[in-house]
Amino acid sequence: MRDTLHLYGSYLAASLRSQLQYRASFLMMTAAVGATSFLEFATVWALFERFGRLADWSLPEAAVLYGLVNVAFALSEALARGFDDFPSMVRSGSFDRVLLRPRSTALQVAGSRIQLMRIGRLLQALLVLAWGAHALQIRWTLEQVGIACLAIGGGVALFSGLLVLQATFSFWSTESLEVFNIATYGGVETTQYPLSVYRRELRTFFTWFVPLATVTYFPTLAILNRSDPLGSTRAFQTWCPLLGWLFLAICLQIWEIGVRHYRSTGS
Amino acid sequence: MPLIQVSRLSKQYAVAERRPGFWGALAGLVRRRTRLVQALDEISFSIEPGELVGYIGPNGAGKSTTVKILAGILVPTSGEVTVAGRVPWRERIAHVATIGVVFGQRTQLWWDLPVIESFELLRDIYRVSPAEYRRTLDELIAIMDLKDLLDTPVRQLSLGQRMRCDVAAALLHRPAVLFLDEPTIGLDAVAKLATRELVKRLNREQGMTVILTTHDMDDIESLCTRVIMIDEGRILLDGDLDQLRRAATTERRLVIILADEATWIEVPKATVIHRQGARLTLRFDPATVSAASLIADITGRYAIRDLYVEHPPIEEIVARLYQGRTP
Amino acid sequence: MKPYLAVLNARARVLLQYRTAAMAGVATQIFWGWIRVSVFTAFYASGSAAPPLSLADTVTYLWLTQALLVLLPMRVDGEVQAMVRDGTVAYELVRPADLYWYWFTRQLAARSVPTMLRASTLVLPAMLLFDMGLPAGLAAAGWFLLGLAGALLLSSAFSTLMAITLLWTVSGEGIARLMALVGQFLSGSYIPVLLFPAWSQAALAALPFRGIMDTPFRLYLGNLSGMAAAGALLHQVLWTLALIAAGRALLSRGLSRLVVQGG
Repeated sequence: MRDTLHLYGSYLAASLRSQLQYRASFLMMTAAVGATSFLEFATVWALFERFGRLADWSLPEAAVLYGLVNVAFALSEALARGFDDFPSMVRSGSFDRVLLRPRSTALQVAGSRIQLMRIGRLLQALLVLAWGAHALQIRWTLEQVGIACLAIGGGVALFSGLLVLQATFSFWSTESLEVFNIATYGGVETTQYPLSVYRRELRTFFTWFVPLATVTYFPTLAILNRSDPLGSTRAFQTWCPLLGWLFLAICLQIWEIGVRHYRSTGS
Repeated sequence: MPLIQVSRLSKQYAVAERRPGFWGALAGLVRRRTRLVQALDEISFSIEPGELVGYIGPNGAGKSTTVKILAGILVPTSGEVTVAGRVPWRERIAHVATIGVVFGQRTQLWWDLPVIESFELLRDIYRVSPAEYRRTLDELIAIMDLKDLLDTPVRQLSLGQRMRCDVAAALLHRPAVLFLDEPTIGLDAVAKLATRELVKRLNREQGMTVILTTHDMDDIESLCTRVIMIDEGRILLDGDLDQLRRAATTERRLVIILADEATWIEVPKATVIHRQGARLTLRFDPATVSAASLIADITGRYAIRDLYVEHPPIEEIVARLYQGRTP
Repeated sequence: MKPYLAVLNARARVLLQYRTAAMAGVATQIFWGWIRVSVFTAFYASGSAAPPLSLADTVTYLWLTQALLVLLPMRVDGEVQAMVRDGTVAYELVRPADLYWYWFTRQLAARSVPTMLRASTLVLPAMLLFDMGLPAGLAAAGWFLLGLAGALLLSSAFSTLMAITLLWTVSGEGIARLMALVGQFLSGSYIPVLLFPAWSQAALAALPFRGIMDTPFRLYLGNLSGMAAAGALLHQVLWTLALIAAGRALLSRGLSRLVVQGG
């Protein structure tokens, strides 16, 4: 484990040094990423401006939810970006190189490309989160900070799991499958609004199958001290983000199946 | 005991077929056709420690499939392989820690980083201890003359320099066997010679076992003690260079340089196949006429400045072998 | 015309080969649409004041954005980008066709073929399962088709302009991305333009972006008809011409810059 973290750290340092070789392009892309996420929040803001409230949630409350989702997503995108580019890695044959090295394939792919320009999204999400918390005058007790950390940690695991799952499919198809954007970008889009606005099928899907709500909606309720119209308990809201880690573990198992398939077909 | 043992190794692929044209593409949306391809058909060979083996064949012959299986990347359909006592595809991690692989066309170094930083990453990846790493690196710097390259970003290296660094990178973890895939492709003449010299030294002085796939017959001629030739998934020939020549043809070439350019030459039992100025190349078969009597005949009748006997170039031999197989 | 037709055909073939991607794309769009409809429905249920577009119309509008999403000048043209990076863009100059129209045709193909494929497969389930409405009438359907053609040309002109900015390698990509983003946002693909705050309406009406999505969809809904519809089409045409003119001017500047730099 320590050894693995050490290697990931080496990858991180190497990526950072390579990207800083192109300073102008790095800054520009960071700005572009920031601008994208700014427009995303502008959409939320415009809707609240027009309608006032959403299912009893105010804009600052929605901002806290939005912030948590996007902090987790930005972190996982930065740290597991290698999986996002994975189809091109299979196509160009560089995955063979990964198999030639005596380390776990998932670790190497994650480390192959760590994209720090996603910091643009991270900063924007933190800003929105801070603004919402300030407007609501949330008092950050130890418990609430703990819940927020659990939620973000579980969120990073879960989103990373989704990226792994998406990448796994390029072992079978050389086309990049847009359908997985449902789970990643679609998941972000969905869970930045309160879960209670969706129909039951969607709620079930995002709680139990792709448990995005467990790292976003439920812990946010606990942080905001809101009661849940869906009837979840406080203990569930606090601890359910751990499901994100379970999800990641399952995705990594499926990844291994994909690697096995690749090694029998070679492509 | 052989270092590499391959017996009755087979590999089949299912390949998707694309239909031509606009309507073909539209039909492909609905149904996709596949076809089975036999990439390797029960091939067997073994390689002893310290050998330098050339593995050659035309594109699609099964070369890279074999190398991928030996490297543990690919799982075969049937057959047995052991490399240093391990089955490559069963214990991938343990296996790949004992081999080194260099792809001529693709670098394994980090493009934007100085060479030394790539080496340090590889040290962490291969779990080489700092002391061991230091020792190996010093050795490699000495053997390959890397000192001035270490702080240069990889993208600024020439192809020849990059090849040297890539070979060094593949040796940092002291592998038992080195796979070189087209190591001289795209290199200029000087870099080609330097690369060959390097491989030769690794093999002769360090006792490194090397398996080399290449299209460049000069690589084979100057390096390999043994050649395995493959086509359509089967081994055509496994032996030394002489055997390779004998398998294709017994013919020899006699090159003569005439004293006078204008002289017209006619020799029984030999054919002129090339003439350039005073320089002529004749083809003859040692079974029907010995080199000695042929030379005696020619020097008796014409004024000759110089002459020598040679083998047909290896390219021609190889081309002839392939032609023989596919009528 | 022949070289342009050949480009169209070739691009169409490439795009058709992405079988799974095409099907998965439809599923994705349905899912997104479902989510967006849920969110808007919840907003309509919570709000007090009556918004300028009814819920039923908004739902239909949202499905239209899903079906015709590829109309949007979404991303930077990867091929042009690669050509600029490795310098092969110079070879584009020797093609036996006007470079501007050649690139324009590429963009048109990249939009029209996937639009056809996707829209035709998405509309039926959206209507049967998710309350998407029919055009407001025969006249509205006619206006809609005209508006759609206009949107296609406008969007292609816009993305050709984006591709041209790539000739300025260093800053080009960032500018192109930013243009795409702003275009998507202001075209009404996230939120119907009518639902933007009241103070922004005049500016949004003048800008070209609404012509890419909002105009054809409002024609479909019958929200614009008669003189207003004709005016909206005129708005599309004028902006298309303006963007083409700007694109041609920028392209000749970019190319002369290329010639000066190259050697």
